[in-house]
Amino acid sequence: MRSRHTVELTAGLFMLLGLAALLFLALEATDVGNYSAGKSYKIKARFTNIGDLKSRAPVAMAGVTIGAVKSINLDPVTYEAEVVMNIDAKYGALPTDTAAGIYTKGILGDKYIELEPGGSPDMLQDGDMLFITNSAVILEKLIGKYLFNSEDDKDQE
Amino acid sequence: MSNQDNEFGLNRHLLNQLSDLGSCGLFLPKILMRIRPSFKQLGQIMRQLYFVGTRSMIIILTSGFFIGLVIALQGYNTLKQFGASESLGAVVALSLFRELGPVLTALLFTGRAGTSIAAEIGLMKATEQLDALELMAIDPIERVVLPRFIAAIIAVPLLTAMFNLLAVTGAYLFAVDWVGLDAGLFWGRMISAVDLGPDYLSGFYKSIVFGVVIALVSVFQGYNAEPTGRGVAVATTQTVIVSSILILILDFILTALLI
Repeated sequence: MRSRHTVELTAGLFMLLGLAALLFLALEATDVGNYSAGKSYKIKARFTNIGDLKSRAPVAMAGVTIGAVKSINLDPVTYEAEVVMNIDAKYGALPTDTAAGIYTKGILGDKYIELEPGGSPDMLQDGDMLFITNSAVILEKLIGKYLFNSEDDKDQE
Repeated sequence: MSNQDNEFGLNRHLLNQLSDLGSCGLFLPKILMRIRPSFKQLGQIMRQLYFVGTRSMIIILTSGFFIGLVIALQGYNTLKQFGASESLGAVVALSLFRELGPVLTALLFTGRAGTSIAAEIGLMKATEQLDALELMAIDPIERVVLPRFIAAIIAVPLLTAMFNLLAVTGAYLFAVDWVGLDAGLFWGRMISAVDLGPDYLSGFYKSIVFGVVIALVSVFQGYNAEPTGRGVAVATTQTVIVSSILILILDFILTALLI
């Protein structure tokens, strides 16, 4: 009966290896292990335009990623975009006059949020709102403005 | 018009195919009805898992490793032209988890294990072993078909995960050791590009569906084979043809549903 046991043992080993591969990839090769780990707190910010900022976009301070965008909603009253961010608790509390801006990584890269700390002695609590925000720069709008301005100049001549 | 001489005026081959599909579908509840939570059945399933799972590992792992290498090589040469070679990790992982892992593993598994299941059951039928079991009041579906069916369903998703892991390893070795991409950048881009739900789990669901398809087709073909040498050969061939076509059609449908 020894060979029979070896057969079942290797089959069990096969299942174990398969499950290990499944779990390893799920935890190490996807974004799941990175945001769920560690404590975090939420802060909100309102923008008049978020460009193509997406949820899970990184939130950085001085270039260091300290959190991620959790959700993006449209405020039904002010028609502004309300962005909720998760900030990793290990980076500590941020001053209440922290400014948030939406920027682009490289020329064609993804949008991300950059936070700039203020000098206030009071610190942001979980769920607080940032008041100083800088909306995304939309390239088409800039070009449009430039074109119309130059046409206006010609009319005046 | 020898093949259009029945009362429906339909092509006889088409009708045969359709009735095959119907009886294949009816075979599924017949198998599922016989599942019992017993240690004896578990032991039989584990034994079959050794034959279809453990012994398929070598072909799956080797193929996975080289598929990973070749995707990385192709991807790197294309991405390099756009100056985006650091996205290689994301490209490799997304194409593997979403498509190549589940589909290639399912096709390889059909060739490696599906055929052997069909041929084994077909041969047992041709040599009247199934009839002998029935004479001894042993249900051949419960004793022969069910363990192979369940073992194949368990094996496919697990083999897919191993395939993916080896392929990512192969791509990593190529990117980091051969062309000298930054290891952190490779892994980091991959992590930020792959979402658990839409990318990783959708591939996992696909592999489960493919497992059911392969298992059902191969036990059905074997069990309904003509009890002759030629019948066994036909059953084996049909297993590969039907499973492969079903896998590729279902892959499209599942992708459309899950995306």
